[in-house]
Amino acid sequence: MQAIVNISLKEGVLDPQGRAISHSLNDLGFNEVGEVRVGKQILLEIDETDPARLRQRVARMCETLLSNTVIEDYSIDIPDEQ
Amino acid sequence: MTLSALRVAIIVFPGSNCDRDMMVAIEQLTSRRPALVWHKEASLDAADLVIIPGGFSFGDYLRCGALAGRSPIMNAVLDHAARGGAVMGICNGFQILTETSMVPGVLIRNAGLKFSCRNVGLQLCETLASPFTAGLDLGENLTIPIAHNEGNYFADADELDRIEGNGQVAFRYAASDAAGPVNPNGASRDIAGVLSSNGRVLGMMPHPERAMSKLHGGTDGAKFLLKSLEALVS
Repeated sequence: MQAIVNISLKEGVLDPQGRAISHSLNDLGFNEVGEVRVGKQILLEIDETDPARLRQRVARMCETLLSNTVIEDYSIDIPDEQ
Repeated sequence: MTLSALRVAIIVFPGSNCDRDMMVAIEQLTSRRPALVWHKEASLDAADLVIIPGGFSFGDYLRCGALAGRSPIMNAVLDHAARGGAVMGICNGFQILTETSMVPGVLIRNAGLKFSCRNVGLQLCETLASPFTAGLDLGENLTIPIAHNEGNYFADADELDRIEGNGQVAFRYAASDAAGPVNPNGASRDIAGVLSSNGRVLGMMPHPERAMSKLHGGTDGAKFLLKSLEALVS
């Protein structure tokens, strides 16, 4: 099964990259753009058929490696989960 | 114990690039060559100081220091620290220490989005008892180079208050003859180096091993390392 992990910076954590993108979009005429925050998406192919177990394992992966919970939040999406 | 009896181990990851410089720097001060320990090793010979050097371990993939922090050798380094062993992390080594929670906070992208490579001024802060600050005079200013893209120290306000209150801030960026802004990367409260809660682990962004001789442009790195090593043998 596939799991999709979305990682974003916590509120209050400075995102200089996002700020630079926001400025650049404003310069290009997209004046409606305010704050921009940049995150990352990690796609995992996992040998597991039970969505509940998959979610539990992936949460542990997020806690131990995939995210730094001091500054990042994560969410897990399992497309095949009905 | 004399300086030449001091056992120093330097951990080497794929992408470490200051391991040899640090080895030469330590040997210059102690006349004893440190052990270089490959990250795949699962154990560490008894050491008086473990150094995690600068570089770009694992190409900075995922987050700086994230993958190195989970390398096999780090369990041995964590055990060493848990026994009260001394650990020093420089630059990428500091990032690895934050990734393993051996020191508080985290290092994020420089506020200016630029790699910063130059001398900075450092002010020694009043700290809890630590071999890394014991030999220096309070308020002493050092000039040591930095070279990093992710050196912007971050922790939330409560955590910053807590580590300041505990005396865990070792160094702050300070005015010096060096060109450029005093704070080179946007670090919270100008923090350049922090200690663990027992004072035995230090993480710092500047590279003391790059300020070891007049040919380097300065010797403050040698001074800082020598005082640390002397505190460890006394």
